[in-house]
Amino acid sequence: MTTLTLTPVKNPPQVRATTGATGPTNKRSTTSTLVLLVGALYCLLPVAWVLIASTKSAGELFSSFTFAPSTHLWDNIQDLSAYRGGLFWRWMANTALYAGVGALLSVIVSAMAGYGLAKFSFAGKKAIFNVILAGVLVPGVVLAIPQYLLLAQVGLTNTYWSVLLPSIISPYGIYLARIYAAASVPDDVLEAARTDGASEARIFTRISVPMMVPGLVTVFLFQFVAIWNNYMLPFIMLGNDRLFPITVGLSGLLNQGASQPAMYTAVITGALLSIIPLIALFLLLQRYWQVDLAAGAVKA
Amino acid sequence: MRLQSGIRVAAVVAATALLATGCTSGDDDSTTPSAGASTTEKAAKVDLTFWTWAPGMDEVVAAWNAANPDIHVTVNKQDGGDPAVTKLLTAIKAGSGAPDLMQTEYQKIPTLVAADALADIKGDVSDDLSSHFADGTWQSVTLGGDAVYGIPQDSGPMEFYYREDIFKKYDLKVPTTWAEYADVAAELHKKDPKAYLGTFSATDAGWFTGLTQQAGASWWGIDGDAWSVDIDSAASQKVASYWGDLVEKGVIDNKPMYTPEWNAALNDGTQAGWVSAIWAPGVLAGNAADTQGKWKMAPMPQWNAGDDATGNWGGSATSVTSQSKHAEAAAKFAEWMNTSQDAVNILVSKGGLYPADLPAQAQALSEPPAFFPNQPDFYTTATDIAKSVQPFTYGPNVNVAFSAYNDEFGKAAESKKAADFLTALTAMQKTTVDDLKNSGFNVKE
Repeated sequence: MTTLTLTPVKNPPQVRATTGATGPTNKRSTTSTLVLLVGALYCLLPVAWVLIASTKSAGELFSSFTFAPSTHLWDNIQDLSAYRGGLFWRWMANTALYAGVGALLSVIVSAMAGYGLAKFSFAGKKAIFNVILAGVLVPGVVLAIPQYLLLAQVGLTNTYWSVLLPSIISPYGIYLARIYAAASVPDDVLEAARTDGASEARIFTRISVPMMVPGLVTVFLFQFVAIWNNYMLPFIMLGNDRLFPITVGLSGLLNQGASQPAMYTAVITGALLSIIPLIALFLLLQRYWQVDLAAGAVKA
Repeated sequence: MRLQSGIRVAAVVAATALLATGCTSGDDDSTTPSAGASTTEKAAKVDLTFWTWAPGMDEVVAAWNAANPDIHVTVNKQDGGDPAVTKLLTAIKAGSGAPDLMQTEYQKIPTLVAADALADIKGDVSDDLSSHFADGTWQSVTLGGDAVYGIPQDSGPMEFYYREDIFKKYDLKVPTTWAEYADVAAELHKKDPKAYLGTFSATDAGWFTGLTQQAGASWWGIDGDAWSVDIDSAASQKVASYWGDLVEKGVIDNKPMYTPEWNAALNDGTQAGWVSAIWAPGVLAGNAADTQGKWKMAPMPQWNAGDDATGNWGGSATSVTSQSKHAEAAAKFAEWMNTSQDAVNILVSKGGLYPADLPAQAQALSEPPAFFPNQPDFYTTATDIAKSVQPFTYGPNVNVAFSAYNDEFGKAAESKKAADFLTALTAMQKTTVDDLKNSGFNVKE
């Protein structure tokens, strides 16, 4: 939930980079600055709330002033780590695995499919692309239960695969990779390579993929965040609480039935800890991402 | 229209593609130990999985596992209540993926039985098991028939909780009837306009059900091979209009329970009372730890002076699912967990549950809850109250009735008009009857 609010944060630098490269449209306007400020506040306020609330003890959480920080962050982290023998950190590791491996596999599939669709002509190409385009419109949540029923037939539910497999195919990723391959890999280069006798596999891995990297980083980030925040799919697929990702695990701490107090402090602290890797990933990849966009612009 | 059919075609193609990938990787992986369930079956030892969200389950299962090396139980904590039921029903529909054992709230048992999700374990449990439980509790796992669909674990007889210090400060009398409750609510709100004696929670259908149960309502009934629905009965109407009236006058709050605002109000004393159930000490300890020793528990206010009736809010049984391949072992564990003195002691001390097992209660409940050090006779009083729980029958579409409650009473509580509370009840009745008919049940009107 809170991690969702992070997604818009990545946009401003990208926008700045592209507009800076295309032309001088620097007209200052106080209204738009104000609107953006309100937008930034809207995105950052919940994050600030999580940060402050996670420093409060359970007693202070509902009794002290909302934005008055306290000193219990370390205690809260220790309590959370002690919950059922450190299960929280297992959930973190699971989420990292689902998001990391899932996004990586998804990038490989998207790159191959997108490149194939952009650079080769074959029968049914248009139909396949249209189906993928339609797939972009189908929300993943809708597919979770059919996917469960299918995976149940092959006995894969309640395993790591049940979350990884559906995450690998991302219609949006394929679509993006196709657009990017069409724009960034010139046909002349491919023809030259073919004339020199390079195999298609070699052309793809040595020439096309390096040219597509900025696009693939985007696909990776999108898919990584989507899997990191995914709730419905792992919720339906997994019964074993040692396989849970952080989203399903934390929601379990909140929904303990009417006769149990919700573990607010643990959930808030957990939410804070769970967004740290996302922030770190964006800061790391963003720099790399901008450099490549700029590099592409200069070459073109 | 065209777009829609496009999406449908795309979904079918995508699903087929997924099935294909699923199949091939399934073949690849059959030799690797990724499918945990299939490898364990070969061993002589029986492995059971147990979906639950009750506290203290890790501890009681650890005690079982230490004593029973042949039957190993693994606890899988789930989202409590409806989400876990949805998940179980999906697994039942898929034909695999359900656990061996499942925590089942009493009101969900008819739904799960109707979906063929629970196994009848009558043949696997002791013959005298029914003597361990109150008749009403036992009836909720047998549904009045011969089958046994679970072993009762805990129950939630309702009581009235109040802040003793605030009652002293404003010189309030603990209400013994609902008429007195209304007077005290008005008096408290007059003396401190920010304070309320309670709230009408439009998100806790179980709470409202318990209140109507106290008044003598039973929302469903079985009549031969037909179901009857009696949500809009005179008893329920009495309860609905009583609370609607209090909300309209503004002497009690209209905000739901279990929200951060409500927690804050418990902490600062602006919610000075709570009509709740036996497990309330655990919730209060978690949400308002600093108010320890300031609360007291009393029997529910009565509709007629001198009566002693109460309802039930919460409580679950442990059921064996119809997919379990080790029903006998699972039933053996469930019986031990809920009826042996050792296990019940752990349920009380680690989980804070109010055990359904009558013979084990005396020893397990000898100490008051830690949050109520000021009321040493807490459990003696509670045990007396528990005897007066009124009979109540749940039907196969409790989820529909409960979500209708959230919708209709949510609007009524927002409007703050007593008349709307009665309209809400009528709407609930209609939604529930319509759904039963649409699902193909025989409904008597």
